[in-house]
Amino acid sequence: MSILLDRTTPVLVQGITGKIGSFHAKEMREYGTNVVGGVTPGKGGTTQDGLPVFDTMKEAVEKTGATASIVFVPPPFAADSIMEAADANIRLCVAITDGIPSQDMIRVKRYMRRYRAENRMRLIGPNCAGVISPGKAMMGIMPGNIYLPGNVGIVGRSGTLGYEAAAQMMELGMGVSTSVGIGGDPINGSSFKDILELFEADPETHAVVMIGEIGGPQEAEAAEYIRDHMTKPVIAYVAGLSAPKGRKMGHAGAIISAFGEGASEKVELLRDVGVAIAPTPAEIGSTAQKVLKAA
Amino acid sequence: MDIHEYQAKEILARFGVATPKGALAYSPEQAAYRAREIGGKLWVVKAQVHTGGRGKAGGVKLCRSEDEVADAADDLLGKKLVTHQSGPAGKIVGRLYVEGGVAIAKELYLGFVLDRKSERVMVVASSQGGMEIEEIAAEKPESIVKVSVEPAVGMQAFQAREIAFALGLKPSQIQSAVNALMGCYRAFEELDATMLEINPLIVTEDDHVMALDAKMTFDDNALFRHPAVAELRDKSQEDPRETHANDRGLAYVGLAGKIGCIVNGAGLAMATMDMIKLAGGEPANFLDIGGGATPERVAKAFKLVTMDKNVEAILVNIFAGINRCDWVAEGVVQALEKHPLDVPVIVRLAGTHVEEGRRILARSGLPIIRANTLAEAAERAVAAWKNNANTVGLKVVNA
Repeated sequence: MSILLDRTTPVLVQGITGKIGSFHAKEMREYGTNVVGGVTPGKGGTTQDGLPVFDTMKEAVEKTGATASIVFVPPPFAADSIMEAADANIRLCVAITDGIPSQDMIRVKRYMRRYRAENRMRLIGPNCAGVISPGKAMMGIMPGNIYLPGNVGIVGRSGTLGYEAAAQMMELGMGVSTSVGIGGDPINGSSFKDILELFEADPETHAVVMIGEIGGPQEAEAAEYIRDHMTKPVIAYVAGLSAPKGRKMGHAGAIISAFGEGASEKVELLRDVGVAIAPTPAEIGSTAQKVLKAA
Repeated sequence: MDIHEYQAKEILARFGVATPKGALAYSPEQAAYRAREIGGKLWVVKAQVHTGGRGKAGGVKLCRSEDEVADAADDLLGKKLVTHQSGPAGKIVGRLYVEGGVAIAKELYLGFVLDRKSERVMVVASSQGGMEIEEIAAEKPESIVKVSVEPAVGMQAFQAREIAFALGLKPSQIQSAVNALMGCYRAFEELDATMLEINPLIVTEDDHVMALDAKMTFDDNALFRHPAVAELRDKSQEDPRETHANDRGLAYVGLAGKIGCIVNGAGLAMATMDMIKLAGGEPANFLDIGGGATPERVAKAFKLVTMDKNVEAILVNIFAGINRCDWVAEGVVQALEKHPLDVPVIVRLAGTHVEEGRRILARSGLPIIRANTLAEAAERAVAAWKNNANTVGLKVVNA
């Protein structure tokens, strides 16, 4: 098993006729993802590399039975596309788009709350690398060949630092159940805690590697969840020990604006609840290996 | 993006927020003329810089005559103002705001932020204006009022009234306070601000509520739909290296160290800086060239990093995902052949087509120090930097 996504999940690509959307639709299919079609308003009735293209998400879901979608729509229109997915009864939406205005994301989150929690679409991202269940399927832009199938879950904000962790683990022969990029934006769909809950409930995940960074309250929230509910071991690294206060480090959300948002404070919170801290970003894999051997 | 106080006040005035009479000046003569236009017997000359803590650093001067206004302007213009928030480099004063003095009965604090926990706009107010919010939170936490705004309907008048009464305002002052609060919220919401701070928000002796200072920060990702706001950018307030980078679509933050960094992805870029620090060096910059590191972006990045004369070694760390290492390697080789560098360059490639990428670097014959892992890369970068610092001019040999 894995979380969120497997070989059978029927996936729509929002923005499938664009350069980025069409490229990644191909990559995902090559990896084994069950891509069933795409949406580009105005291009309905055409095909893209043999896949049907629809004008609206409602029609696409009706015709293909898709339950998941991945968003490659440009930032000014991305929030609208995410809400369209929610309205079309999509269960899992992965938003890759980087640069969505924060207030648009506030509206998206508010809109999603009009569905009861159990009926609510799960949003991953935006500004993320996506989700991969190695050996099964991927909804994202990651290089599939750096992930071995296995029993360690990965959840992180950064794409390339997530690749770094997966590659270190592969080098040591450790595999991944699912890797989830929650994205670098200040307002995002799923938090660390949301994904930890899924890993805790997944029998095939034996441990979780969590890659945090400066800015925001989500690592602290995760620490509380780990303390109160998590039975599986967690390994963490928090990027940005050398980042100055008040400066945005690339990601819109990577900015220390309040006490407790720095890397060292977050590390302390996680260490206090029993999380194994990787002393350097080069030791994420080896720290995970040590923890798994001890367990 | 940050804007100046006078720009924020112009925006707020359009949304119905009262502000004291004021005008902009670029010279002492103009400042004195502005004072005469404004009238009265008391003026404040304020340095327009993108940083807080101006008052304590001497950037705000109280004047009682037009001559004093001209003298204050003469003193401030062209000065580098170093405040406890500006960093040691300070901010250059190129514009002044001359404002008429007002009779203050009460100073309040008012802030609007995007609260990441509730994922809503949060209003933070306090009866203890004039102090920084961190100080208020530490010394008078009971004075802080917080109200969160329901995004579907926006801020409501009753919420503004609740805040006004909680701040201890009198019935005769409530309507003016509600106007200020609602106006600030509308400006924040309509223009995609991420931060709005009025400190102090004042109550005058004749019961008017006014913004005596104003700070606004806007969401960079939303500037595409607010061209008038985007035009308020003042590049003289930015680090020139950062201006150069931002204008070319690169995310760069200048730091004080000696080892320049070129990395793809924000998280990996922060991790690379952390590694350099842990290996005994100091990073000269944060630089994320984006997930798809094309050869052109690599070339731009080299140019940018070497603009910083403090840089004594450069570490390139690329984890290729959708792009390929051979492609990145060619970008590095092209950049170095076109513009040879006199500092050691350390390159670590990982991910798609890594073997081919490493071969291209090796075959190039350039003095590139190669590394296979993140740890190796940081160690070799720090070692090469120390070695280079000791033996300036010595050719660096392949590791």
